Amino acid sequence: MPKTCARPTLFNSLVLLVALAAAAASGPSPAQMTVEITGVGSQQYPIAVASFKTEGSPQQDVAAIVRADLTRSGQFRMVDAGEAAVAEDERVDLTQWRSRGADTLVVGSVAQLADGHFDVRFRLYDNVKNTQLDGLAFVAPAGELRLTAHRIADRIYEKLTGDKGVFATRIAYVVEFSRTAYELQIADADGANSQTALRSREPIISPTWSPDGTLLAYVSFETHKPVVYVHTLATGTRRAVANFKGSNSAPAFSPDGKTMAVVLTKDGNSELYLIGIDGSNTRRLTVNDAIDTEPFFSADGAWIYFTSDRGGSPQIYRMPAAGGDAQRMTFNGDYNISPRVSPDGRMLSYVARRNDLFQIEVLDIGLGQELTVTDTVKDESPSFAPNGRLLLYATEVAGRGILALASTDGRARARITGPSGDIREPAWGPYLK
Amino acid sequence: MSSIRMICAISAVALVAAGCASTKLEEKPAPVVEQSKPPPPPPPAPAPPPVAKVEAPPPPPIDPLNDPNSILAKRSVYFDFDKSLIKSDYQPLIEAHGRYLVEHATRQVRIEGNCDERGGREYNLALAQRRADAVRERMELVGVVATRIETISFGKEKPKALGHDEAAWAENRRADIVYR
Repeated sequence: MPKTCARPTLFNSLVLLVALAAAAASGPSPAQMTVEITGVGSQQYPIAVASFKTEGSPQQDVAAIVRADLTRSGQFRMVDAGEAAVAEDERVDLTQWRSRGADTLVVGSVAQLADGHFDVRFRLYDNVKNTQLDGLAFVAPAGELRLTAHRIADRIYEKLTGDKGVFATRIAYVVEFSRTAYELQIADADGANSQTALRSREPIISPTWSPDGTLLAYVSFETHKPVVYVHTLATGTRRAVANFKGSNSAPAFSPDGKTMAVVLTKDGNSELYLIGIDGSNTRRLTVNDAIDTEPFFSADGAWIYFTSDRGGSPQIYRMPAAGGDAQRMTFNGDYNISPRVSPDGRMLSYVARRNDLFQIEVLDIGLGQELTVTDTVKDESPSFAPNGRLLLYATEVAGRGILALASTDGRARARITGPSGDIREPAWGPYLK
Repeated sequence: MSSIRMICAISAVALVAAGCASTKLEEKPAPVVEQSKPPPPPPPAPAPPPVAKVEAPPPPPIDPLNDPNSILAKRSVYFDFDKSLIKSDYQPLIEAHGRYLVEHATRQVRIEGNCDERGGREYNLALAQRRADAVRERMELVGVVATRIETISFGKEKPKALGHDEAAWAENRRADIVYR
């Protein structure tokens, strides 16, 4: 049994948020073109989130979490709401808020109930149309106040952008504290509320979520060779599902959650295989002398994208999941690895090495247009948010491994730094059920 | 033990005391030896018996694996950047290990591939695996059965040299031969 325990908040600061607004020349992304609410010409929705009126002693500042979530998405510009709390049921002068530059306003209340739970209510107003856009009440135990704040941010995000919010999701990543201290951690999408799922003296790489968010698969070197494990998060139980002679690596769940694609070397060089998540029924997918690795299923299950150097340099290919000829997807440069496909299947993200810089690219599969979306140069392991708007990835800044966010249009960027250790190998989990 | 020793020591003292107390015997004249004939010449000294040489105990059969002067003491094969080609300098080393494995049928070996820190983790894992496989293939050429060799990869996860310069990278582009 691995040690499972709660750690203090890992990420306590959003070090930098760079939101590139009007300077971008290539036009707004589909999400930001939802101009119905924000008005013409703006890339960001100007929004005011007033402090919530509180009764009792909530451990979390719900309004602050909502503000941080919306800001991090890169799609909102926070208008200063002042110090005064505005209760959910208070009459508000929307015209006055509009004159302060906020097209929308969020107000709310947090009240402790007799049983210790909290009643959390919020309202979202359109200050331009002078109407209420949303309003909802939640009853949450004290331990779920953060989650409730993320859910409120998700509703606001969806109302205003038309896309589902991803603030109430979780991420997995690996922290190397020293050469003999590695942890696989799970945290909220903002990096807070982290928990350790596995602690090991040997490296852990390539964590990936099952489609329902209950399992993590990863590669652990705890037996002094790479072995693929499947880990049940609720119980902490885990089993080695690919532990063949040679190396076992690069797990990826199929969309139905029953099968994984993995890389095994048991029959020769690095080849792709399918294997049941219980380790049964291994089937080989590729047969050649080249490296085939990093499989990734498209969300519809039709394709397996992967990295191969069969053409002489590492490039991204895809093959029908049912088997068949592979098709090359990347043609710029001589080093394109770590493919991830957006949930809608339209975008392919990967790491490109160009002039010795490693950066995250996003390729519009239909148009063939490639865009470098990061400003960091030692990037690894891109991972799409479940709504496809943001990429979470690992990079290195000032000699330290950190996580970073980039919007798929390359405009919004954020860096997330932990208190200690090198953070790497992020994987964005699915929507919570 | 100590009480027995004590007892022995006491008896010895008692014997010495008894000797001192013995009565002096009457003295007798020394016997006279009559020398009528010259004594016969002493027989020629016998040829000295052949001296048996005490040889150093025969060394336990040396496993050349443990001989620091053997080529087998070298267990690492180094590679160029992004390459898994065995350089000619390392072929004698790999072949020597291959011959050793052929001669020592019970030994198993694991070849561990490594990469420098540049590049993606999974792709580097595959690159380092290819390095280990290249060493294995060379061993198979000398007659080692593939089932006795396991090739695995550490990718860039377990660097031996921790620097971020060419010297460290060169040290980490390596396959190690590990006997089990």
